[in-house]
Amino acid sequence: MFIRAHSWLNKIKKTKMIRIENVSKYYGARPAVEDISFNVAKGETVGFLGPNAAGKTTTMRIITGYLMPSRGNVHIAGYNMAHNALEGRRHIGYLPESVPLYLDMTTRAYLGYAARLRGLDKAKTTSRVNAVMERCGLLEYGDVVLAKLSKGFRQRVGLAQAIIHDPDVLILDEPTVGIDPIQVAQTRRLIRELGADRTILLSTHILPEVSMICERVVIIHQGRIVAQDRIENLSAVLGGSNRIQLKIEGPAAAVSERLGRLDGIRSVTYQPPFHILEPSADSEPRTAIMQAIFQNGWSLLSMEPVEMSLEDIFLRLTAKEG
Amino acid sequence: MKNIEVIARKELSSYLSSPMAYIVAAIFLALSGTFFATYLAGTNYTDTSIRGFLDASQILILLFAAVLTMRLVAEERKLGTWEFLLTSPVRESEIILGKFLAGLAVLSGMLALTLYYPLLLMVFGDPDLGPIATSYLGLFLLGSACLAVGIFASSLTSNQIVSAVVAGGLLFVLWFLGALANILPDAFGKIMVYLSLAHHFPGFTKGIVDTRAVVYYLSLSVLFNYLAIGLIETDRLR
Repeated sequence: MFIRAHSWLNKIKKTKMIRIENVSKYYGARPAVEDISFNVAKGETVGFLGPNAAGKTTTMRIITGYLMPSRGNVHIAGYNMAHNALEGRRHIGYLPESVPLYLDMTTRAYLGYAARLRGLDKAKTTSRVNAVMERCGLLEYGDVVLAKLSKGFRQRVGLAQAIIHDPDVLILDEPTVGIDPIQVAQTRRLIRELGADRTILLSTHILPEVSMICERVVIIHQGRIVAQDRIENLSAVLGGSNRIQLKIEGPAAAVSERLGRLDGIRSVTYQPPFHILEPSADSEPRTAIMQAIFQNGWSLLSMEPVEMSLEDIFLRLTAKEG
Repeated sequence: MKNIEVIARKELSSYLSSPMAYIVAAIFLALSGTFFATYLAGTNYTDTSIRGFLDASQILILLFAAVLTMRLVAEERKLGTWEFLLTSPVRESEIILGKFLAGLAVLSGMLALTLYYPLLLMVFGDPDLGPIATSYLGLFLLGSACLAVGIFASSLTSNQIVSAVVAGGLLFVLWFLGALANILPDAFGKIMVYLSLAHHFPGFTKGIVDTRAVVYYLSLSVLFNYLAIGLIETDRLR
């Protein structure tokens, strides 16, 4: 009985690969993050969002054990980073904001060093370095000195060192910043692949990236967490928009004018090819809209609610105090 | 232990792939070789010792240790690789000791390159090999203490120049500490003399291996490595 309860408890503990409890960090008297708590479950990919200087990098440095928090606890894969930091760090792959490269080393030598530091033996290191270089598209650059690589390739090498020991937790600080669009797409695809069987926390201020890669977001502003939820829930929680987006076959100006006269419609904007209607609160104008369209002999091609974009959510949340 | 070796190997290959170690070794050889030869010429080749080399190298080692160690920690801080290292599953002590061992390896290499001075003496004369062997032991121990001071200085900063100046300053203070004996009361003066780097070296050149001297240099090595480890441990608490 006891054993079963124990293993059950362990399971719960384990499923939270990243557990952050009431973490604060002060630089002198100035708080960088204050009383932050959140978890990332096993296999989850979570976006960590915030404007510059919100505390994203500080939080990630605390999670990886580079900084100790002034208060609070961090557990990685069940290990308390204050007492079992080495064990915890073994589970983490970390890509810091500025890619940490020894510029005088070749790609292969650098990745080999990273692998050995993370505890791989010599034989395993060689095969792992080859596998990771292939996965990150670095095979042709194995013998190139890192100083000669372009920014995009340096970023790839940074990602490669983060996954060299096949960690189950990945912490990526702005992984797509400063690289060209094609490489951005490749990097995102790689992160999505990696996320299939890993726990990922990824910080960014590129909002579309989050909806592309992540299942959940944690939003931080001025060192405090202002929201955390699944992306679709966040827009619901914020009650945000009940705007409706219509695609109508008919003369655009006349359509705008007619729909604008309906009861319960506050405004109509035409953004080709869509008409966007903003109903007043608590009204349900859809039936009236359809009738108006049919009566005029136009046809309705589509009608759907406008999802609030992450941009909208973000602006709304971070503007609260400002 | 394995981590220390991994870090030491990496640092050693960094030394060997950058010009710094070669420049330092070249200047060291040129200067010590000159003093070696001029001393012998000064005695009209009646002496067959490496005294000229020793007189020069005991001071040169102070300078070169400061220069060789300046990058060890400071450069990593500047490059951002410090974050890479400190978030890897290695201990602070393993990082410092790995780097220290790499420094020792370069020092040993430099000393090994000077072995042709005694070889020349053996070819052309009949040198007393005992004092020569103990002199090399002395240089190695002195160098080890200097490297430790250098690593400590490098752990203080992210600026290599600052590190070299601090290390050089500390080492010269330690070297000339004995001079304070002239202005201090007796007991204090004796302590200062005992604590000075210079005080313990001459014994080795005479063929004497004094346990106190060995213990002194080893203690300095341990102390400054220990301080460096303590310093980088506080990095996480910033």
